[in-house]
Amino acid sequence: MQTHADYRLSQLDELESESIHIFREVVAELERPVLMFSGGKDSIVMLRLAEKAFYPARLPFPLLQVDTGLDFPEVLATRDSWVERLGAQMIVASVDDAIAKGVVVDDGRTSRNRLQTGTLLDAIESYGFTAAFGGGRRDEEKARAKERVYSHRDEFGQWDPKNQRPELWSLYNGRLHAGEHMRIFPLSNWTELDIWHYLQQEEVEIPSIYFAHRRRVFERDGMLLSEHPANPCRDGEVVTERTVRFRTVGDLSLTGCVESEASTLAEIVEEVSVARVTERGATRGDDRFSEAAMEDRKKEGYF
Amino acid sequence: MDLLRFATAGSVDDGKSTLIGRLLLDSKAIFEDQLEAVEATSKTKGFDYTDLALLTDGLRSEREQGITIDVAYRYFATPQRKFIIADTPGHVQYTRNMVTGASTADLGLVLVDARQGLTEQSRRHAVILSLLRVPHLVLAVNKMDLVDWDEETFNRIRQEFVQFAQRLNVPDLAVIPISALQGDNVVTRSENMPWFEGSSLMHHLENVHIASDRDLRDVRFPVQYVVRPKSDDHHDYRGYAGRVASGVLKPGDEVLVLPSGLTSRIAGIDLYDKEVDEAFPPMSVVVRLEDDLDVSRGDMICRVRNAPEPTQDVDAMVCWMTREPLRPGQKLAIKHTTRSARALVKDVQYRLDINTLHRDQEAGELGLNEIGRIRLRTTQQLFVDPYEQNRTTGSFILIDEATGSTVGAGMTN
Repeated sequence: MQTHADYRLSQLDELESESIHIFREVVAELERPVLMFSGGKDSIVMLRLAEKAFYPARLPFPLLQVDTGLDFPEVLATRDSWVERLGAQMIVASVDDAIAKGVVVDDGRTSRNRLQTGTLLDAIESYGFTAAFGGGRRDEEKARAKERVYSHRDEFGQWDPKNQRPELWSLYNGRLHAGEHMRIFPLSNWTELDIWHYLQQEEVEIPSIYFAHRRRVFERDGMLLSEHPANPCRDGEVVTERTVRFRTVGDLSLTGCVESEASTLAEIVEEVSVARVTERGATRGDDRFSEAAMEDRKKEGYF
Repeated sequence: MDLLRFATAGSVDDGKSTLIGRLLLDSKAIFEDQLEAVEATSKTKGFDYTDLALLTDGLRSEREQGITIDVAYRYFATPQRKFIIADTPGHVQYTRNMVTGASTADLGLVLVDARQGLTEQSRRHAVILSLLRVPHLVLAVNKMDLVDWDEETFNRIRQEFVQFAQRLNVPDLAVIPISALQGDNVVTRSENMPWFEGSSLMHHLENVHIASDRDLRDVRFPVQYVVRPKSDDHHDYRGYAGRVASGVLKPGDEVLVLPSGLTSRIAGIDLYDKEVDEAFPPMSVVVRLEDDLDVSRGDMICRVRNAPEPTQDVDAMVCWMTREPLRPGQKLAIKHTTRSARALVKDVQYRLDINTLHRDQEAGELGLNEIGRIRLRTTQQLFVDPYEQNRTTGSFILIDEATGSTVGAGMTN
């Protein structure tokens, strides 16, 4: 970004500028922010933007990962390398610990993804965080399309879609009562394709599972899931080795991969531009429970 | 590729969801799984068509009632532009949501039903878009298929609207006859209306010239955050982070800092680890000054002979957004650029009837979704420009200190 003859920003530069503005606004006005970091592509873009927002100073907030115990090792490796490079403080809130402490209950039927909500809320409360940055985008899902950039959560961590604060111009309202917090979504206006374009532009490290690789997988409910001891095959499910990549990363028992030969960012951008199925529709089991699965989880306090 | 933000408005049955659905569908922003879900739900509900509104009504309660309650933001892109649609509800009781959607829009799209012509709703929407200084307006005359593609019907509606718009501030107006249902003039030119010589809606959205909407003359840089690393590598670094509201900043420029009134020169402008030779709206940058001045969040950097007048008396149009009315004597929190203060409502000068544009000077207060002119006295000086000159330094929000809710949207006079 040097001299612009027409003083117009590209749409990607404009999105970047808006997100950086949001990061700074939160840090200036809210006392104890934290950045929810899963190691996935959106949270990597978040980290990159946060890094830019405060450069040359270090990140003025810690990172928080909710570890499901079923995270992909490649994603954890990327997480660690980012944390080291930025010299950031990393907090891991583990679902296993939360189960052991009795914060959430593992009844054998509830997914790890669902148990993340209670684990996250417990971490926010025990550390006293007043703002949690999340990588949610409005284009992901129709309930998300209604989400504010500053999403108010009550003392139970709940989202009330009918009682959201109007958000005008770029004047964000971060007022809170004791016990409440804000979820902050700096990537609200980004689309999946923007994320990939940005990762390509920035040339930063992302987990290797986003690129095509050989993997032992089996088919369940139309999705390709990874073979893993924690995710055993059921009757009739057959493991085969295929060339696949992931469009989203989450809990490995619920996150499917797609067959793909895309092994560079340019090839991924190409593939995503012509994709006819959303990333969540293609590869996220957690959104398939009902038409309002996301809305319901968000009301409970999910990110 | 650049970015165009537009807000849509229109009454419940004007076909807004169908139009948005079609724009998204034809620009391939709707994916197969989303469409399949909508088709399945339409079938379950017993509709004999695919209800595209189900794509946009994201909340359970909206689908139950079949209406849009809240603003939703949607995205699509063509090779020319990326678009952000603020899809705002049409009901009068949701005026505040329309104001919300219009506050960031470059363009406003008002839909009317060709059979009905202009309604109170369409006028109201045009008034709000003009109050919010949305620079470009499109009137889409929809359902032309139901009036036999009649040129005269279209001309009559256009004429009536053009006359109405003359009373408002509408710098750029386009009127386009369409059929959202059949796709006429939405993305491709209609063969059913050969008499219409203008471009299709999509072509207009892709080509409307927005570069000159920005003020590149009056430098306004609200200081958002002070970057002070105090690390070994950057021990003496002190930068003022913010987003350029207007004007172009360059290293070497002489600047004035409000409220201190001190002057200095720009030593450098940083964009992450690069130095840039200029910054313009809406860039987020870090500005370094040659002198060590006391500058903090809420201060404003501008040019020496071109600065807003600091004031504690604010005269503004306000859209009131909560049930409890706005009354003189009330105390509220105010957020203007990066500056926060408290404000006392001195006076409600008039309430604007957004249907007739009549100014009711006897009103005395503003109720939910009402718009009027008020006077405020603030605890601290604010550095405001008239909203019609600068949408960033002319806008503010009012916050109820007890509940923390945003209760008002203000535009300075």
